[in-house]
Amino acid sequence: MSFSPDINDFVIKLANVNGTGSSSANGLLMKAIFRMGVPVVGKNVFPSNIQGLPTWYEIRVTGEGHMARSGTVDMMVAMNANTYARDIAALSPGGILLYDSTWPRQHVLSRADVTVLGVPFAQMCNEAFSAARSRVLMKNMAYVGTVAALLDIDPDVVRELVREMFAAKPKLIDLNMQAISLGYEYAKANFACPLDFRVEKLNKTVGKIMIEGNAAAGLGCVYAGATVGAWYPITPSTSLMDGFKAWCEELRVDKETGEHNYCIIQAEDELAAIGMVLGASWNGARAFTPTSGPGISLMSEFIGFAYYAEVPLVLFDVQRVGPSTGMPTRTQQGDVQMCAYASHGDTRHMLLFPAHPGECFSLAVDAFDIAERYQTPVFVLSDIDIGMNDWMVDELEWDDARRPDRGKVYSAADLEKMDKFYRYRDVDGDGIPYRTIPGTHPKGAYFTRGSGHNADGAYTENEAEYQEVLDRLKRKWENAAEHLPPPITHTAKGGKARFGIIAYGSSDGAVMEACAKMAKEGIHVDYMRIRSFPFSQEVSQFVDAHEQVFVIEQNRDAQMRGLLLLETELPREKLVPVLHYSGEPLASHFVHREISALVNAASQKEESA
Amino acid sequence: MTSFAKPSINLKNAKRNKLGLTRRDYEGAMSTLCAGCGHDSVTACMAKAFFELSIEPHRAVKVSGIGCSSKTTAYFLSEAHGNNTVHGRMPSVATGAAAANTELTYIGVSGDGDSLSIGLGQFAHAIRRNVNMLYVLENNGVYGLTKGQFSASSDIGSRSKKGEENLSPPIDPVSLGLSLGATFVARGFSGDRAQLVPLIKAGLKHNGFALIDIVSPCVSFNDHKGSTKSYAHTFQYYHPAVHADYVPMADDIKTSYEDGEAVPVELHDGGMIMLRKLDKDYDPQDRAAAYAQVAKRAAKGEIITGLLYVDESQKDMAAMNKMTATPLNALPYESLCPGAASLADLQNRYR
Repeated sequence: MSFSPDINDFVIKLANVNGTGSSSANGLLMKAIFRMGVPVVGKNVFPSNIQGLPTWYEIRVTGEGHMARSGTVDMMVAMNANTYARDIAALSPGGILLYDSTWPRQHVLSRADVTVLGVPFAQMCNEAFSAARSRVLMKNMAYVGTVAALLDIDPDVVRELVREMFAAKPKLIDLNMQAISLGYEYAKANFACPLDFRVEKLNKTVGKIMIEGNAAAGLGCVYAGATVGAWYPITPSTSLMDGFKAWCEELRVDKETGEHNYCIIQAEDELAAIGMVLGASWNGARAFTPTSGPGISLMSEFIGFAYYAEVPLVLFDVQRVGPSTGMPTRTQQGDVQMCAYASHGDTRHMLLFPAHPGECFSLAVDAFDIAERYQTPVFVLSDIDIGMNDWMVDELEWDDARRPDRGKVYSAADLEKMDKFYRYRDVDGDGIPYRTIPGTHPKGAYFTRGSGHNADGAYTENEAEYQEVLDRLKRKWENAAEHLPPPITHTAKGGKARFGIIAYGSSDGAVMEACAKMAKEGIHVDYMRIRSFPFSQEVSQFVDAHEQVFVIEQNRDAQMRGLLLLETELPREKLVPVLHYSGEPLASHFVHREISALVNAASQKEESA
Repeated sequence: MTSFAKPSINLKNAKRNKLGLTRRDYEGAMSTLCAGCGHDSVTACMAKAFFELSIEPHRAVKVSGIGCSSKTTAYFLSEAHGNNTVHGRMPSVATGAAAANTELTYIGVSGDGDSLSIGLGQFAHAIRRNVNMLYVLENNGVYGLTKGQFSASSDIGSRSKKGEENLSPPIDPVSLGLSLGATFVARGFSGDRAQLVPLIKAGLKHNGFALIDIVSPCVSFNDHKGSTKSYAHTFQYYHPAVHADYVPMADDIKTSYEDGEAVPVELHDGGMIMLRKLDKDYDPQDRAAAYAQVAKRAAKGEIITGLLYVDESQKDMAAMNKMTATPLNALPYESLCPGAASLADLQNRYR
């Protein structure tokens, strides 16, 4: 897959030092391109550190509207001397390296197939600005100016964004514009602007927004009617609760009294966070917790309790790289199996897999309905790539006719008419019992316990009574399979593809792009994106219909493939793992290379046979 | 089986409370604890307190952790929802439940293992949040269900049934509560119902986290000579310092208390806690002094009891979070979902 840079089709990578204010400058660049109507993909690769370690920001300009990294770098803005060597090595042949030539580094920055452009950013800023902090911050704005000149980014759009950015501090507008001009004018005077690859106005961002998955998921919780959020701070899920809090302050505070119709509790640890969610949910509020893998590990005991006592829980697992502390700011899909079977004993849980922020919003809302319908924990398995990067997605939509599905709950009127209420009886034959909310009615009381209980909700150590409840739990779970968000299948042209791909979550963009590219090259592959667990019949049918299915995932141990083998009768040899687990967001280049090679190898094997 | 139904016998002339209910209506399943267990006395006091306060049983919520004490929530208020959670994690479930509905009465029952070892963190943080609940810690200094290991409240020098001596210092829930900013700290004894029932009533009516540490001897594993949590030892070193009564709004306070004898503490519901000093040096409204007194008595080996500290002026969790008066679980969905027009509007910032 060759990616030769072209107009509206190239990648800029910005190498910075963490804590120097670069991320707002990089966001500004990306937003400016988006405002010019050109689709963009942004990836922030940052360290687990507040200040000093290297950080990168990647902006893919993609007129065709792809959703993933390509895997190439056409321009490197190298602002961190500590990473010059790896930054120049990362450039694709023919690429351009822009660096701060206040301190010339010709010997380090030499690569025959790369053009090096030096701009004395530090020197210019030191001369123009007196305050020490300004000198550091304004270097960022200066390179924004240079990049804008090189890529033909509309200066009016940039100016407008600066105005919006500093609307609360108008004094800073002129200062930042001055810095941008320094870089812009220097480039105009010293380089041939614009470059061959550059930005040209399009109208492909109409109806689109740029949003992080965590902000979208937080908004989804507001729209779902969640009122209790409990959490313990952990990267990369913190911004989900920050988002929920900000939305609540905006949308859920009584303008006159200042009263909140929500309660956010920062717990002492994840064990307490999930206990609070459990208590609130058991008591009839919609409650959730955002966390990441280490948090799920700690929450496991309560997750098993909720499964067995049938208490709805909504958990967002914004996955990061494990095992253990791992690389907290890098992305992975490493919690799939842990979430599916969290806690001791026979437990199994419902999982939802959003592919982008748009689905973080919609599946967040669905998660509450599913948790209450099935009275069980539901995990929304996002990851740091979706959660903490700005993605261009369709505007979020809402149907005002939508009402929450609170599941099977007896009201006071229902209870009044009954002789006696039994918590765990399968009244309707669907495996789902009725529950009651504390305080509703004297007849509604029952004792919730994680110890052995029978269908009446009483303690038991009787074998048959214990098994009756456990078997019903399994029936309930199996019945849910066809009612969860279904997989999405993309059938290749012609409709008779021999090979299939299964992927999920943030891999979607890269897989979609690679499939399109392969189709152009004559390799036709069907693609199914799994969106929930337990698996619907469609998943097995998809595998049955192909000679081989490549299961693409972002972990080392092929966790989704393992889940497929455990939960279906599918033969091992048909499911071929394709694994990426470095912590970098998946690139379409990787998918294209791996799948093409596998398809070609299978075809060659056939010819030689 | 740890619980089975108790036959309900209604006596003809049984006393009825304001709701027309009898004591029987506040009972639960038959206890399966050992005969003579202190916890059963506490359970009876609990039922009595709820009865006397005329709280509708189904408007109460009982939560507990794991252990002998935690089982007891099944033995009173059978018409109240109960949640027998996981070991040491009852406070978080109570916290979440209290966030969802501020209108119910929350009562947590725990033990020294559940609260002071595995659940010390959650116990401490529920105090800090001032969750509006009564937290009863049935303290027997021993792990009963696992047959006799020392707990974190075992005193130095106390001997186990097998003769082993405890060498680690105890965690005292009262001192801990005082140091963590608890707004209601009491200690009772399962052998003194006359003191305990009013304490429970006052704790239930306190706005915020009410901690009652109750010395509740384990007859099977910690009631022998050499144990500092036995009935005999507790009776010997028992030192009631402050007696507390709950007086509802409607009652005429002056009839039962003469001027100067008792200090009234006004409650949010209009009722009062009347504090009667049994130890003239003790001031239950001065945290630092209370802390010093508790430490002084403990050093002498005495077990100081009563309502040891109360502060009715602090914000509870709901107030700290500026929560609306309507319970969150009763807010209509229409008031929670901003709707399509808002969604379209708020997305302008993402363009």
